[in-house]
Amino acid sequence: MAVKIYAQGFDPWQEVQAYQNAARQMAGKFGATNVFIGTMRDFNEGDDVKSMHLEHYPGMTEKQLEKIIAEARRQWSVIDALVVHRVGEILPNEPIVLVVVWASHRGDAFDASRYIMEALKSKAPFWKKEALLSEDQRWVEKNTDGYKRE
Amino acid sequence: MTMSIKVRYFASLKESLGRSEDDLEFTGPVTVKDIWCRANVGKPAPDNLLAAVNMEYVDWNSVVRDGDEVAFFPPVTGG
Repeated sequence: MAVKIYAQGFDPWQEVQAYQNAARQMAGKFGATNVFIGTMRDFNEGDDVKSMHLEHYPGMTEKQLEKIIAEARRQWSVIDALVVHRVGEILPNEPIVLVVVWASHRGDAFDASRYIMEALKSKAPFWKKEALLSEDQRWVEKNTDGYKRE
Repeated sequence: MTMSIKVRYFASLKESLGRSEDDLEFTGPVTVKDIWCRANVGKPAPDNLLAAVNMEYVDWNSVVRDGDEVAFFPPVTGG
């Protein structure tokens, strides 16, 4: 299990491959890998977004993410999990978050990664401040409920 | 006994207060709510403000101990 907070850009596919290659004890055990990548958009709430600053609470962020993964492992049969999250200045098209779950079967991989992602959205102390094309800046006030259908 | 409590603020709250932390001293038992009131006299806490003690979420009636780190912040928006 690993939680990583990066102040610089990262390649999510490389992260998945490197973690999987290093975790040799998993070889032959996992039948399902679910990968979720959250990427920065260039629009939000009808406005063009130029860039974003992501602030976090160092220490608490890692602690909460570790708790979320532990809870996912309690509820589902998870072999391993990886969460990577950006902080600092982010540009459109850059990855913000990566959640990977390895499990024997797809149900556990899908459900545990969905749980981790939704719990991260409501509990991990990160805050986004958007810089708009109009030169205005604004804090994102709250995350939407990922289970709610538009 | 005097208790030393570090208080931290994040994101839009930090901006609106114009500071990121306070070091406070108390005598006797205090709750998270008492700490907000002492640190921000006359300023009601914004709606939906969250509180943590030693990096765990708590409710505002939780008792705080000597050496604890208390944090206040708006709803989180990561991911």
